Amino acid sequence: MSLANVKLETPGKKVMLTGNEAVARGAIEAGMKYAASYPGSPTSEVLDILGSVTAQFGLYVEWSTNEKIASEAAAAASFAGVRSLTIMKPDGMNVALDFLTSLAYSGVNAGMVIMVGDDPSAHSSIKEEDSRHLSKLSRLPILEPFNSQEAKDLTSKAFELSEALRLPVVVRLVTRVCHATSLVNLGETEHVKGAIKAAYNEPILCRPQVHPDLEEKIFKIAQWASQQEMWQYFGPEDADSLVIASGPCTLYAKEALEILGLQDKMGVLSLKMTWPLPEQGLINLLANRKEIIFAEEIDPFIEENITSFAAYHTDQLGVIKFYGKRNGYVKGPLGAGIGELNTDIMIDSIAEIKGLERPDFCGSTAQCLSAVGGSLPERDRAFCPGCPHRASYWVLKSALALEGNDGFVLGDIGCYAMGRGRTGYYTVKSVHSMGSGIGLAHGFGTLQNFDFTQPIIAVVGDSTFYHAVVPALINAKHNNGQFLCVILDNSTTAMTGHQPHPGTAVNALGLEVPAMNMENMISGLGIKVEVADPYDINASRDHVLELLTQSGPKVLILRRECSLVVSKKEKPRRVTVNQEKCIGKDCGCNNLCSRAFGCPANIIDLETGKGRIDEALCVGCGVCASLCPAGAITVEEGV
Amino acid sequence: MEERINIIVSGVGGQGNVLASQMMALAGVAAGYGAVEAETFGASQRGGSVMSHVRLYKVDSPGPLIPEGKADVVLGFEPMETLRILSRYGNPSTKVVVNTRPVYPIGVLAGEQIYPDMTKILESIEQHVAQIYTLNATEIALTAGNPVVANMVMVGAVCGTGILPIKEEHFLLAMKDYFAEKILAINEKAFRLGMDCTNDAAMV
Repeated sequence: MSLANVKLETPGKKVMLTGNEAVARGAIEAGMKYAASYPGSPTSEVLDILGSVTAQFGLYVEWSTNEKIASEAAAAASFAGVRSLTIMKPDGMNVALDFLTSLAYSGVNAGMVIMVGDDPSAHSSIKEEDSRHLSKLSRLPILEPFNSQEAKDLTSKAFELSEALRLPVVVRLVTRVCHATSLVNLGETEHVKGAIKAAYNEPILCRPQVHPDLEEKIFKIAQWASQQEMWQYFGPEDADSLVIASGPCTLYAKEALEILGLQDKMGVLSLKMTWPLPEQGLINLLANRKEIIFAEEIDPFIEENITSFAAYHTDQLGVIKFYGKRNGYVKGPLGAGIGELNTDIMIDSIAEIKGLERPDFCGSTAQCLSAVGGSLPERDRAFCPGCPHRASYWVLKSALALEGNDGFVLGDIGCYAMGRGRTGYYTVKSVHSMGSGIGLAHGFGTLQNFDFTQPIIAVVGDSTFYHAVVPALINAKHNNGQFLCVILDNSTTAMTGHQPHPGTAVNALGLEVPAMNMENMISGLGIKVEVADPYDINASRDHVLELLTQSGPKVLILRRECSLVVSKKEKPRRVTVNQEKCIGKDCGCNNLCSRAFGCPANIIDLETGKGRIDEALCVGCGVCASLCPAGAITVEEGV
Repeated sequence: MEERINIIVSGVGGQGNVLASQMMALAGVAAGYGAVEAETFGASQRGGSVMSHVRLYKVDSPGPLIPEGKADVVLGFEPMETLRILSRYGNPSTKVVVNTRPVYPIGVLAGEQIYPDMTKILESIEQHVAQIYTLNATEIALTAGNPVVANMVMVGAVCGTGILPIKEEHFLLAMKDYFAEKILAINEKAFRLGMDCTNDAAMV
């Protein structure tokens, strides 16, 4: 909630922190000194926060160009005796995985923690991915906090465990922990301020021969988890019916039991370590239970591991009836095992299992929509007012229409992925992963032997360019790819909160650095590159049409600063609609500005049917003025 | 003191409702409650519906999300969004403060969707909840000098109505903690304008 609270040096004080802030604070209190990351929601804020307290706590932080490099950098710090942290979302863990699967084999030296933020319901992702499978695959222990206090405590604990076992430890949060705010008791920070001498004295090698040692470590961690009681139990000790939960599902399950009046009959076992399982502890915890319900996000991960564990221990545990996602008892917003859980879903699931009525608290208020016809229009996401991506998609859409050979646009992750939707004119036809559009474009462009003739455009962002596009361009040059790559350069990593990247003149430490020149880099590869301003629709369209006639891979940089960044500075221009000139619905354009251009600041006066500008939203880009067929929109400079 | 108070702040991305919900949580803490605050996001800068949940508690910290039908107070930054939230989280005892200025969805601007009749929206809210307070927070914020501070006008209004056990001094404390020096004054001004209009006859 506030950076000021992360900085406080008042141990014992209770402050409001988000889960992300709590992880940052927990790492600081544990003496973490080195952090590297690539931004990805819901975890981007962690490194932002650490970057702003580097002087106070003697930290080094960096935004790396991708998650694999960030993991390698953090591992090197650990090898040299410096506690380190790397932060990513599951998509980033996929990128880092080649290194992480080897890292468990080699082990580390000083404590190294990998924070992963999973995004159930994919609020700010293109897919729901449960990273715990990747951690288990990599043989990395997983800790899962349910609120900010636990996020801080378990992060600190993860450093201890990592250092004791010489293995990186994963702290897995979900969106509702990363972004929720709750009270946290601050710990000491004075002891972490001493100087550290980093040195690399012994080789840390990855060798297949150490696999038995690694499995021995995992066995020891499971024992440690039992001894440390890495769980929390709520409810009557002897309840024969139990919910096993992790993360915020612990709190959803507790409240669901309260609401159903079952809190004195059923228990909630909240696991702090979800892999490896504290098997010794579980034998005692699960003995004499008759039924177990699982509450976790996203996949039935604990469910599968515990049911498998129980199958091997029927002599001690007897026969337990399990209810989870696998057998459809624990629901989800879009079906069992799909989407984020909440208290209501746990109420529904437990009520059905127990044969109880689901209480209704809404009463007659649930009917309040009937006065307006029973439903309300949904709100489509839209590019922000003045967003250069809207103008860029107008350029690409109209250029491909003029070109006339069924050309299409492939995209990837970032704000510009909204090119799939209304305000990107449904221009983007594929989105998979960072840089996937350019790889696909290359594939399509090498189908000439199979009579493929459609023009191909790949759009990439500027941060994505450094993360995943450069190798694809080299490949395209080497293999004579036939496509146009359009770099939508808004000079920041916009979607995740405006982090710097190699093309910006500042780094994560806030230091001025030389901004990389992407056109020089691309020319250096021997690839044709041009630059245009997307606000200048006609000139940009001419560039696209001209480049599409040329052979080989080509690059067009459409460069304009993110309008959210610009709108924080002074508004330079005032845009108005001349009500005399605007002919509204009678215009051949049929309200082109508000109907077709799709900027939230282009509104209609519902009484006169004429166009207007919402001055509270408009940032003065003036692109609509260049599109208005009646010339009714005017731009005043310097107001 | 109530054991647990559930507050929902609802609106459209870009209205500053997340900040308002953080202010409610911080003021709740200043008033001696524990607090949990969570927003739905992702679309928060991008025109989508945005809802934040604030839960104040005395003893046991609840989870970040309010169960359906359990909202005690709804702070509605946009009329249609307020109605949407009430149909799922409201109940006949819910109290509502609503900004009457509509923000049209992009589909309405495109002529493909219809924004419901404003009178019907407000009448339906009034009919289905215990109390409703209406104000044009956006207009009031303009008189404070910037439409951006409509969020603090709304926070001021909820304080002025007295529907929460959080006093003016707690909000002022929270604001002082939260805002940087240079923007504190305009936010305090907006808060007071919001408080003042709770005395107006415009409120029902």
